[in-house]
Amino acid sequence: MEYMGIEPGRLQFSWISSAESTKFVDVATQVTEAIKALGPNQRFVKKEAKVA
Amino acid sequence: MEQYTEKIREIAKRLLKECAVDMVIGFRKGTLPMMSEPHFARTPEEVDKLVWDSHCGINLANYLTDRKEKIAVVAKGCDSRNIVTHILENKIKREQLTIIGVPCLGMVDKRKIADSVEGEVLAVTEENDQIRVKSTGGEKNFDKAEVLQENCAICIHRNPVISDEMIADPVEELKDVDRYADVRKIEEMNPEDSWAFFDDLFKECIRCYACRNACPLCYCPTCFVDEAKPQWVGKSQDPIDIRTFHFLRAYHCAGRCTDCGACQRACPVGINMRLLTKKLEKDCKELYDWEAGLTLDSRPPLDFYRPDDPGDFIK
Repeated sequence: MEYMGIEPGRLQFSWISSAESTKFVDVATQVTEAIKALGPNQRFVKKEAKVA
Repeated sequence: MEQYTEKIREIAKRLLKECAVDMVIGFRKGTLPMMSEPHFARTPEEVDKLVWDSHCGINLANYLTDRKEKIAVVAKGCDSRNIVTHILENKIKREQLTIIGVPCLGMVDKRKIADSVEGEVLAVTEENDQIRVKSTGGEKNFDKAEVLQENCAICIHRNPVISDEMIADPVEELKDVDRYADVRKIEEMNPEDSWAFFDDLFKECIRCYACRNACPLCYCPTCFVDEAKPQWVGKSQDPIDIRTFHFLRAYHCAGRCTDCGACQRACPVGINMRLLTKKLEKDCKELYDWEAGLTLDSRPPLDFYRPDDPGDFIK
């Protein structure tokens, strides 16, 4: 995705077991903060339908 | 090339006469110059149409998907790697196949030639390493090395990786080739530039899906772009839809693509979508030390778990 021009950090992966509630909270907080810092996504957004 | 043609016909005739195979898949002259097309010979008489020249860029593995009969197939390096991939993915059985291996010296880029002669191309002949082009504007000679398809110029597997019969001695493989110069250039761009780069790359795309149809990997009964329930991708020519199509198609080929160049060759507007598939090829090489279709003995990285698979991107 980054190769195609998505900002680094916009796309994140993590693996959390159903028993790891604290990790889930941590990751969710971190991701939210990171994405908020990046601002609204401008890529892969269709502004309006284009009629050919 | 003449000898190649003779030898292919000889082997094909023998196989059909002995009833060792039901069909031989190879190439015949196309109706237009530089457009050799697939030929399916079912009788010894039909064999005489088989040819071999520098325009056999179509990947014949594409015609093997789910076939039930016994088939002999003419295969250059990339074809043979796609045949291996087909066998690994259970799209055909090895026992059904007789592979007629062709050591390949590369295919010429019909677009490069058409662009560098005056008028319309009328006829193209070749002798050794010279390509002679007759057009409405006159005659012109090319060194074959100058007009090779991009993927052929950086090919490091010219000889078939599996074959039952070889039509000639193996050719020398290219050494010290930098396969990923163009990919690295894009990797080094900042997000704005690479986004703009791909916008520009795909701006001519008309979504004819010729790239998908020419690709031996794209054999799904219903492609994700044709699916209507659910509809995964918008069907319009909106730049985002176009980009999503190319991006996802490339991902479906990750760890499978052999860079045969069939997609780029088939494209009516000359888009180099190989920049996407090659990036994934590069990643597979770097992360899993994997090149698609080289052996029948190991599973592709994306359908096999190894404890040491890289996972640094997972938090």
